[in-house]
Amino acid sequence: MNSVERTDVLVVGTGFGGAIAAYHLAAGGAKVVMLERGPWLSSGEFEHDYKLGSSYTRIFDFVVGDGMSVLGGNCVGGGSVVYFAAMPRAPRFVFERRGSIHRRMWPAAIDRDTLEPWYDRVEESIPITKQGWDDVSYAGGLWAAACRHAGRTANPVPAAVDTSTCVNCNWMMAGCRFDAKQSLLLNYLPAALAHGAEIRPLHEVQSISRNADGDYRVHYTRVHDEDYRQTEGTGTIDAKVIVLAAGAAATPVILQRSEPALGPMPHGVGRYFSGNGERLNTAVLNEDRVREVLGLDRGDGLGYAANQIGKGPTVANWDRLDGSLPEYSRYSLEQLYFPPGLGTILALAEDGSWFGPRKKEMLERWQSWLIIFQMIEDDNEGVFGPPPARGNADRLSQQMLGVGRLTYKPTANTLGAWAMADAECKDILERDGLATVTPWTNDLVGAYTVHPLASCRIGDDPHTSALDDRHEVRGHPGIFVTDGSAVPGALTVNPAMTISALAERAIPGIVAAARERGVEVTYGAPAPDGSTSGRRGAAHLVPALMRK
Amino acid sequence: MAPQTPDDHEHRTTTLEAFADTIIPGEKRSAGDRAVAGVSRGGGAVQAGAIELLEWDATGITGGLDDFAAALNRHAAAYAAEHGIPTGDGVPPFVSLPYEDRAAMVRWLTAPGHPEKALWVSLALFCNMAYDSAAHMSTVDALAAGHPGLTSMGIAPPDADGLWRFRAWSYGRPLADVHPATTESGSPA
Ligand SMILES: Cc1cc2nc3c(=O)[nH]c(=O)nc-3n(C[C@H](O)[C@H](O)[C@H](O)COP(=O)(O)OP(=O)(O)OC[C@H]3O[C@@H](n4cnc5c(N)ncnc54)[C@H](O)[C@@H]3O)c2cc1C
Repeated sequence: MNSVERTDVLVVGTGFGGAIAAYHLAAGGAKVVMLERGPWLSSGEFEHDYKLGSSYTRIFDFVVGDGMSVLGGNCVGGGSVVYFAAMPRAPRFVFERRGSIHRRMWPAAIDRDTLEPWYDRVEESIPITKQGWDDVSYAGGLWAAACRHAGRTANPVPAAVDTSTCVNCNWMMAGCRFDAKQSLLLNYLPAALAHGAEIRPLHEVQSISRNADGDYRVHYTRVHDEDYRQTEGTGTIDAKVIVLAAGAAATPVILQRSEPALGPMPHGVGRYFSGNGERLNTAVLNEDRVREVLGLDRGDGLGYAANQIGKGPTVANWDRLDGSLPEYSRYSLEQLYFPPGLGTILALAEDGSWFGPRKKEMLERWQSWLIIFQMIEDDNEGVFGPPPARGNADRLSQQMLGVGRLTYKPTANTLGAWAMADAECKDILERDGLATVTPWTNDLVGAYTVHPLASCRIGDDPHTSALDDRHEVRGHPGIFVTDGSAVPGALTVNPAMTISALAERAIPGIVAAARERGVEVTYGAPAPDGSTSGRRGAAHLVPALMRK
Repeated sequence: MAPQTPDDHEHRTTTLEAFADTIIPGEKRSAGDRAVAGVSRGGGAVQAGAIELLEWDATGITGGLDDFAAALNRHAAAYAAEHGIPTGDGVPPFVSLPYEDRAAMVRWLTAPGHPEKALWVSLALFCNMAYDSAAHMSTVDALAAGHPGLTSMGIAPPDADGLWRFRAWSYGRPLADVHPATTESGSPA
């Protein structure tokens, strides 16, 4: 057979960056195919089970690197299926950050004000709840009370969770069984399908080449549906426009592997990776002191003992999100839940050990754990080495665990910010004997992040940004990147809202490029549910974005 | 691969058990239990099913278990010689070490810069997972069977349909002042 499959737009990855692009382009009239390396599960298949091979390990991905391990989604819907759904907007000062390049790292065209209409579009498309104190879990309430006791403020975090159907099971990382979490499976993706987009699960994109007519050819491998170490053949699809949205741990690897066929990649491809400054601390609460010092009572005699109950992060301390403070000293401290397994191995007992009898005693008090998540400003110090044989990792286990090529050596700025945030967690939670607090160790798998960013970023300076401010790969017209890779650096808050807003903002430029390449497509779809106020709010920004 | 005698396999198992017991220690299963050092009360990683999990090829490390055990015993023999600890009483060298020395070896093998670090960390990760998430069993079955790790961590049982739902989840009252610079939709300004 020599018939070549063709589409107008090929989207790699079905997370935030991929789903948003696919929806708008399909709604605008383009033929869209999405390739996703992971399986396609629906809510009835999301299990409450830690057994290897259950939905938890099928849809989750853990790539160990040198100094940085990355956790993410591996399924249709990407990170939105496994994430905790905290959806705050990034604080104003973030857009003025200078970071490791000592000059503004965001494109001049983007600041909080110009991104606001795009945030609004996202908020109209993915229902986001401003949580009230009734929605806040015990763990979040405890963190709020401890913050107040220490003279600080604390905020319920806006979340893409329908609090009326949420059962507070804390199984978010295995996919939401109750459709309370507003993953992309409930908004952008079904809307894209309704407009004719196709999703092909278990298709892992390896590289891109270019045809004589200027179109691109995407090369993929089919992945076994249970043992992801096994592959089941290869294929290609030709497209006029490529949207890369495989996530910041995978997108640069595809471009690196394409370099022999496509020619040199910009310097910023696979460099400037940021882990969003993430680091975790575990507090083990003294239940008596929770009652005596904070006056908390669950009504059944228990003060707290509720680590297992909730919906991920519900409360954050934002006192350090102050633009007048120097860079690398601004961060948020967010209450979080991490399930056993990934959420316990790196926690340190009081004597500093990650294993052994003291660790076991710490585990016996697991219900009294409170995990605090720091998001500091890191220094974009991550660099990707040469790509592995396929995908972005050598897969070790049948699912979930692999070894990638990312190297991350934290600079003094990053280490200093972590130390500052560690000290503040300790100060807040060890007051009056409330808890003992220890940071997670970075000695075992390096630092770790669920928020990979910036490995193929937008910017105005061609040397330090792989993409122009319309998200097009420099020197490779028609290839766009709309995922977390495009975000210039750490955000000090959870990133999905900003990734999504940038993806929304990138669409007019992608539509214009597709039209130039002969695709009949227009810009201007409403929100996936048909709402139009977001579209109206952003309309004045569209003409400039469609001009090159 | 060299043919395995039953004896080799038994040595492999006790060696891996001793490693798992170093990660999450438990009490001896019988008076003559050599693999489990017995430095903790209740079940540890061994009783939680570490060997079952390691021997399941879904982990990706099953094919390497012979090498893990052999390397651990080689390291242990060198360690014992260096520290003047007697070995060779019918159990593999790692098993003959007291708990503190096993722990010292694990700290050394997993320390930043050790050339085999990644391998030993992955072995430890699965031993830990056998205990704290029973990754070789369905979680509902593990809880019903009184799995030592999940039970001692106090994991609450699910509803009858095997799904977790909590009817009470919140203190239900304001517990702090919110940041003055918060937008109407709840974000930082
Ligand atoms: C446990 C957890 C909790 C989180 N909680 C929050 C939170 O509360 N708030 C928040 O803002 N963020 C959170 N995040 C982060 C958030 O999920 C990510 O920032 C977001 O999903 C990134 O979007 P993206 O478009 O960059 O890529 P992703 O959503 O990661 O999507 C990339 C997709 O591409 C696929 N893919 C990768 N390589 C290939 C390939 N070669 N071929 C084809 N497909 C490929 C992947 O399988 C994936 O589906 C969390 C993440 C995790 C893991």
